[in-house]
Amino acid sequence: MDQMSKIVRTIASLLIVPGMIFGLYVIMHGHLTPGGGFQGGAVIATISALFIVAYGERIKGILNQDVLSLVESMALLAFISLAFLGISVTFFHNFLANSGKIFGASVSGVNPGYLNTGGIIPLMNLVVGLEVSAALSLIVLVMYFSSRNEVVKDVT
Amino acid sequence: MTLIEHAPILLIAIPLLAAFLTPIVGRVNSLLRNFEMIIALISIEFLAILLSYDVIRNGIRTYTLGAEIPGLTSPAGFPVRIILEVDAMNAFISLIASSITLIVAIYCLNFMKEQRILDKFYTLLLLLLTGMLGLTLTGDFFNLFVFLEILSVSSAALIAFYVQRGEALESAFKYMVISSVGALMVLFAIGLLYGQYDLLNMAAIADSIQGSFLDKVALTLLISAFLLKAGSVPVHMWKPDAYGEAPAPVSVLLLTSALVSLYVLFRIFTIFAINPVLLGWILAILGILSIFLGVSMALIQNNLQRLIAYSGIAEIGYIILGVGSGLVEFPSPTGFGFTAISGGLFHILNDTLDLGLLFLIAGAIFYLTGKRDLSIGGLAHSQPTLAVFFLIGMGAVSGLPPFNGFASKLMIYESVYYLNPLLAIIGILGSILMLAIFVKVFSAIFLGIPYDKELRKIPGSMLAVMGILALSIIFIGLFPNLVLESIITPATKALINPKNYIEAIL
Repeated sequence: MDQMSKIVRTIASLLIVPGMIFGLYVIMHGHLTPGGGFQGGAVIATISALFIVAYGERIKGILNQDVLSLVESMALLAFISLAFLGISVTFFHNFLANSGKIFGASVSGVNPGYLNTGGIIPLMNLVVGLEVSAALSLIVLVMYFSSRNEVVKDVT
Repeated sequence: MTLIEHAPILLIAIPLLAAFLTPIVGRVNSLLRNFEMIIALISIEFLAILLSYDVIRNGIRTYTLGAEIPGLTSPAGFPVRIILEVDAMNAFISLIASSITLIVAIYCLNFMKEQRILDKFYTLLLLLLTGMLGLTLTGDFFNLFVFLEILSVSSAALIAFYVQRGEALESAFKYMVISSVGALMVLFAIGLLYGQYDLLNMAAIADSIQGSFLDKVALTLLISAFLLKAGSVPVHMWKPDAYGEAPAPVSVLLLTSALVSLYVLFRIFTIFAINPVLLGWILAILGILSIFLGVSMALIQNNLQRLIAYSGIAEIGYIILGVGSGLVEFPSPTGFGFTAISGGLFHILNDTLDLGLLFLIAGAIFYLTGKRDLSIGGLAHSQPTLAVFFLIGMGAVSGLPPFNGFASKLMIYESVYYLNPLLAIIGILGSILMLAIFVKVFSAIFLGIPYDKELRKIPGSMLAVMGILALSIIFIGLFPNLVLESIITPATKALINPKNYIEAIL
């Protein structure tokens, strides 16, 4: 598949901004609204799919498999490390909630929805979003290459 | 904070952490990655031993994720968080799973050396261990489903490791489809139970279960799904393909995961205890059918790993036969029922050791000759150690006296004889046939004129782990009472007294 026309490519590049903002919005409001890390990450990964459709062969210069794979592993590691950090009490203990400073005190009852009072939950949503966006982009990329019967470096 | 308080969660979290660390460390240096993996596995083994010792001495240990203190299971009178619950029974299973994975990982260091994408292989290995330990230790139904999925996905990827061969991909796909069906059945059953009781904790559901029609449907679905994962007779078809096509060390882990599924099955059986007599009979009959089908299909196989897989179906049959006929005496198995259940549980341990040794020998033969079928011949001339190991594995798997298989099979035979003599007789005949099969394999591979091609040397670490397995087979065979009294009897008591399991949560 060759790259598509200049109009499509330009629009795809422009769509990065709203796509990213929407994805990050879903991730950051994961503990307040429906959605969360997985859904927001999937939204971000659609940008990769859009780029593959628009740029075709040239995607090799834009998305790097190696970097995506590294980001994915790092995000997973960050997630489990966050869980481990609470182990002085119990595993997965929310040690940032009620800790004052920027994390404030946790709220209950009717409230406008504070982003910062969730403790480690928004942070976990963030790393899950990172992991899912990298992993789904990688999957789409590998599928694109194998649909062209190109053997990806790792899979022999 | 003490180590033992956090041991249940660390058993699940350390393999997960190591699995996520492996691809990053593997980018730096492959030697460092191997070191990291082995260190993680040794610490898991240490924790499993520590936890088993503590649980057998001090009783059930619970762990609540995210709570203020680990033991706080029901803050508002009913359990809300994810709870891990360890008694002597699942400590025993977690000990088996972690030891076998350590042995397999050491074996893989040299066996897999020439393969590529090893970072991913070891990541999947550790994820498989996470799935097994999670299934074993969890006390929460939804958690059970999640770990079942982790187990299925990582096993399917490992079965497809030799991806250049079409058969490996085909059997991995088959496994994937079948285990997804099983996982959906589990999810549906959990939905049925959750809809009725608003609870996800296994002990809490067991406490309030009514035995209504929907409960029976849910129980049937759960039992079918875990029998499917264990590979008993009506649903054994994925097993020869998966075990035959996977790399030999992976087959050992698949076998262990089948035994972990059996543990979950027995646990669900005993804590819910709806109509145990009927279900016990069904299990016993399925066990007999598995024995019969396993040995008769193994007789005609030509591929060594497939042959061992079929004898694995027969061995699963012995475990189900033992525990099933013990459950007929439920809820108070004292006489033959107790012997039958402890024989079945003892056979779980012996089964992993025997078949694990045979699978590792099959892997070593593949490493030497590159062949998977029986047309080798004369290997005993150049590899006498391997031949001796095979003889030990053969004797153990067919229940000959000085080896461990004899001890557990004798317990199963003599207790099943009280239930129905016919069942015991078919079981003994199955064992005799098993011996005939493996004698045939031994003569086909090891006897005859010397193998003509130049062979390479088997690395010392591979021989060492096979030696450890062979030594433990002989040790357990010579001193079965030692193992029975220290581990198996507490495990059996924990399994047949579900009251303690339920009361530890509520």
